[in-house]
Amino acid sequence: METILYLAHPEDNGALGRTALEALAAAKALAAGLGAPFSVGLLGGSVQAAADSIAACGAAAFFAAQGEALAASRYSTDAAACEALCRAAGATLVVAPATARLARCLPGVAQRLGGRVDSNCTGLTVENGAPLVSRWYYRQRMVAAQIREHRPWIITVAPCCFLAEDGQGGSASLQAVDLPAVTPRTEVLGIDAPAADEQTIRPEAEMLLVAGAGWTKKQADGQSHPDKAAEHILGFLDRTKASLGSSKSLVDLSGEGQSVLPFLTHLHQVGQTGATPRHKKGLATCCHGEEPHVVGWRFITERRAVNLDAGCGWAQGKADVLYVADAFAVMAKVNELLGK
Amino acid sequence: MSYHIVVCGSIVPDPLQTLEPVAGPGGPALKNEMMLPAVLDPWAAHALFEAANLAKNVPGSKVWLVSVGPKAKLQQVMMHVAQKVPFELVVMDGPAGGFVEAADTAAALAKAVEGITGLDKGKLLLFGGWSSASRGTGATLQILGELLGVTEQFQGVDELRPADDGSFEVKERIEGGGYLRSRCAGAPAVLGWATGNLPEPPNNPQVGMQNMRLIMPALQKAQPAAVGAAGVAYKAVELPGTRRQTRIVKDTPVDDIAREIVEWIKG
Ligand SMILES: Cc1cc2nc3c(=O)[nH]c(=O)nc-3n(C[C@H](O)[C@H](O)[C@H](O)COP(=O)(O)OP(=O)(O)OC[C@H]3O[C@@H](n4cnc5c(N)ncnc54)[C@H](O)[C@@H]3O)c2cc1C
Repeated sequence: METILYLAHPEDNGALGRTALEALAAAKALAAGLGAPFSVGLLGGSVQAAADSIAACGAAAFFAAQGEALAASRYSTDAAACEALCRAAGATLVVAPATARLARCLPGVAQRLGGRVDSNCTGLTVENGAPLVSRWYYRQRMVAAQIREHRPWIITVAPCCFLAEDGQGGSASLQAVDLPAVTPRTEVLGIDAPAADEQTIRPEAEMLLVAGAGWTKKQADGQSHPDKAAEHILGFLDRTKASLGSSKSLVDLSGEGQSVLPFLTHLHQVGQTGATPRHKKGLATCCHGEEPHVVGWRFITERRAVNLDAGCGWAQGKADVLYVADAFAVMAKVNELLGK
Repeated sequence: MSYHIVVCGSIVPDPLQTLEPVAGPGGPALKNEMMLPAVLDPWAAHALFEAANLAKNVPGSKVWLVSVGPKAKLQQVMMHVAQKVPFELVVMDGPAGGFVEAADTAAALAKAVEGITGLDKGKLLLFGGWSSASRGTGATLQILGELLGVTEQFQGVDELRPADDGSFEVKERIEGGGYLRSRCAGAPAVLGWATGNLPEPPNNPQVGMQNMRLIMPALQKAQPAAVGAAGVAYKAVELPGTRRQTRIVKDTPVDDIAREIVEWIKG
């Protein structure tokens, strides 16, 4: 029989994040499907509040690795803590959210345990009494469903693929795990995050606005208008609190010394060599590309595009609606209608 | 303090190619895999450019590119990559497609790294892409680090800034467009790169000629690597199928379009 461990960490505010609560749902469903027990393993500076918030989730036990060394995210200490949690639980299957923190250390933990890892899984079900995961290959160009004999098996689940567990609070009694002595040679200095009002990457937003290189191209008057483009894009983000994504071409323009939109960085890039956001709605503006380019919004549920070109490759067969129109004019009006 | 920078990277099908899965003898494969034009895996390529830049700025440093891949295809790709920056190639001849295990690839890479003559592990920086454009697990480098006993590890790196005392600062991508900033006391360390901040270096035929002198013998010497996916059963491998019926709105006043978009946003 399988022994399942749900592994997670609280965010800076002490609570479990959305991706962690989604992974909990995945772990619970897996346990139910296999008729196997599951326990919870938490790592962090202090994990009691996070444990309490899911105390009634049905876990057989709550294991905790906590302390100052685990307050910040760092490979050596995180890997040691996760290894200890997996061993304490005697886990054959580990389900964890694919957060930056766990994505970094869990492959190494799998190696330490003599196990295997499948990362960024977008589906987790039970078929013929065994776990079946689905995940993407070749940068969102191919999807596979697979089973694995090897145990322990660590599975990380991608954000926005499961409905988050909610409202199962209480008071959890924690079992502390023994942590091996680790002398990290890495000191965490802190987090560089954009100020709240400059934040344009918002993973939790309802909507994604994708900006393409067209925003910086010469327009009908023979001029380019980056200032206007910035005003329209930022105005839209300000009004809708949408997240901003960009095509590769647009972020690469800065490397070529062209006039660009200064608020765009490589972190905004979506697609094959960028992020794969998962917002409910997406509006692509001034983007163009064939199939391999448009993976940037493969996981966006409802998709619309604005482009001057009726043959727009981001839209044909991939968007629900393509507005053949000047994005400068459309977005100015959209922003006006959205008001302040 | 100088560095011995080992960049791990292999080849992937050109991102502009359309891929089609087929059932191969050892599991899923790509249709006409050996015929598809290939490129150096993009994030690993960024790692290589960052490595060369670091080696240029820290005298006495050296760069190796260690690759597990089919040597015939590697040779083609190297004709191009060799022109970019100076490095020494180390090859293990084996599959580099998506449907192989990260653990197997890491084991083969570990063997190759262990075999590098003159490599000082005290100076070792293990570079690579933070995930490949084939398998996309983001696991190989961590496993390799563990196999080599390197437990200072960073992923999604966009910046490495060395200090005179051998320590360095690293910026790793985290959620929400933020960066985690850390200082590592020094080598050895593992760094999985995102894009970094350097543009692709222009071709330099002289560098190309120098590199090729070592690349050809490295390819000839390549040992076979036992890399596969034992223990994994792929129940289905498919292209994302659903095509949408795109409604095209043309010759419509901007005001009407804007109103429709706003209704959709609010709906
Ligand atoms: C190794 C590699 C990796 C890649 N990875 C990625 C990736 O991760 N993400 C990605 O996006 N691409 C990626 N690509 C693909 C590539 O960079 C594409 O060319 C790019 O995405 C397309 O850029 P674009 O849509 O911004 O600009 P363009 O192709 O220049 O399109 C601009 C569009 O804007 C329209 N336009 C101009 N002005 C207006 C206006 N006023 N109103 C409305 N429309 C207007 C034009 O009609 C045009 O269609 C990759 C390619 C390679 C080789």
